[in-house]
Amino acid sequence: MNVVVCVKQIPDPASPGALDPATNTLKREGKLILDESDSYGVEMALQLVGTAGSGEVSLVSMAPNGEVSGLRTALAMGAAKAVLVSDPALQGSDALTTARVLAKAIERLGGADLIITATESTDGYTGTVPEQIAAFLDLPAVTFAKHVVVDGSSLKVKRQTEAGYDDVECPLPAVISVTAGVVEPRYPSFKGIMAAKSKPVDTVTAADLGLSADQVGWAGSGQKVVAVKAAEARAAGEVIEDDGEGYLKVVAFLESLKVI
Amino acid sequence: MSLSTIWVYADAAADKPLTITLELLAKARTLGASSVEAFCGGDATALAATLGAHGAAKVHHVGDLGGQLPGPAVAAAMAAAIGAGAAPDLIMFGMTYEGRDIAARLSVKLGKTVLTNSTDVRVDGDEVVAQTAIFGGNTLVDTAFVGAGPHLAMFRPKSFAAEEGGAAGGELLAVAVPELGAAGAARIIERHVEASSGPKLDEANVVVSGGRGLGEAAKYSMIEDLAKLLKAAPGASRAIVDAGWVPYSYQVGQTGKVVKPTVYIAAGISGATQHMVGMKGSKNIIAINKDKEAPIFGIADLGIVGDVHKVLPKLIEALQARS
Repeated sequence: MNVVVCVKQIPDPASPGALDPATNTLKREGKLILDESDSYGVEMALQLVGTAGSGEVSLVSMAPNGEVSGLRTALAMGAAKAVLVSDPALQGSDALTTARVLAKAIERLGGADLIITATESTDGYTGTVPEQIAAFLDLPAVTFAKHVVVDGSSLKVKRQTEAGYDDVECPLPAVISVTAGVVEPRYPSFKGIMAAKSKPVDTVTAADLGLSADQVGWAGSGQKVVAVKAAEARAAGEVIEDDGEGYLKVVAFLESLKVI
Repeated sequence: MSLSTIWVYADAAADKPLTITLELLAKARTLGASSVEAFCGGDATALAATLGAHGAAKVHHVGDLGGQLPGPAVAAAMAAAIGAGAAPDLIMFGMTYEGRDIAARLSVKLGKTVLTNSTDVRVDGDEVVAQTAIFGGNTLVDTAFVGAGPHLAMFRPKSFAAEEGGAAGGELLAVAVPELGAAGAARIIERHVEASSGPKLDEANVVVSGGRGLGEAAKYSMIEDLAKLLKAAPGASRAIVDAGWVPYSYQVGQTGKVVKPTVYIAAGISGATQHMVGMKGSKNIIAINKDKEAPIFGIADLGIVGDVHKVLPKLIEALQARS
């Protein structure tokens, strides 16, 4: 069973984000890390391939610069190889273009039995890319999978819903997006980290995938930022250290609001 | 430019439109379009009257989908209707499971971008402009659609107030779902509803949420006890939902519910952006956390820097003594 995992390399979410004033896009210079949301998909893929007993896990990723440190993390977990679409022309790409590029990269790998993504990236969080990739590849998609089993040539998925979850069955090949918590991601071992350094990363441009400059980046995007402004800040109120009587403050506050 | 037709995707459950559907209809009516219409990914016979009362002149519906997932099916039906002459300038979706899948499929079919996580929309000269709040809501970005419609936009819940109005309508129009091929091969075999007690999270006047600071799953009972005393809905951060302490339906945040109660109590929650996006619209926020640097204190009206294991039991006891 061959599984492709779409992974995103993002600025460290622990440091405050900023927009590039010239382009109004998120600043992505400097070191990028593996989006933690993607570690669940990588782990899921490794487990499914392990259970199948054959095949491998490949990665696809897209980044405006040639950053690979996030990919190396996923390779250290056990993925075999990666395709990185890296091209300055990609800057400003919308979710639709991102999905188009990732679908092309998946085709470059010769397709897959299963394609796994996170439900949404931590930095862009549009949540539309998984279903868009499926649409470009003309495959079924099961989004928000919280439990996944492969049974022969089909998938059995517990899919999160507003009310609870649905049992969904879907033939392979297919695209799934997995929630955090679908599996517990492993930590890369020392051996894995050393091995990852020599695993192949196929770095390609948009043109290598057969995409012209007007199909990607700003030119291919159906949207433009027209204004950026600061939101009205919510002022902080009173913060006190609990001296054992802090709960009384809460009681008094609830009383003043006539909640009790 | 004024808009001709706006479609609102009508998300529904148990023969009732979801609140977000009514919120979007209310907003659509203010945009000066000549026709506001609903598009339902199921059988809308039972919904048409409500949708009509909220301003939907027409209600397009695809009928019962059986076990098909709505993403490919409804997108194909919408694209077919557009191909056959329907010309919505704008299609509005809620940020829901169905809305996300349908808008995403449709965007590929039509080759159009989707603006997601929008909290407002306006017509500005020749442009349709959607507003999104980023960086946990401290920066507002206005984004205009480029090129011709239909423009696809998704909106966060509670961005607008639901209100009846508009000309009476609700005329039902059946739309066929085309043959989907491989893309439509997934089937829902069984649906499971996870029960939750007390008021609904996104409708409650008071919400009490717990996070990682509770330390272990068993301590979540303190949140439930406090919620019961305050007639509140219990909620949770993503961290403890991911850890499996409580079901996903409890989650408040970007990927969970958006809540705007009169009082929001965050206990043992540090205030990750992902969480704050879902609750910063609360009228009053009380935070209890042992780390005085926790971001949650930056937006709290009352912050108690202390151990939830000490503060909550005393608070619960004090409230029990009053009841």
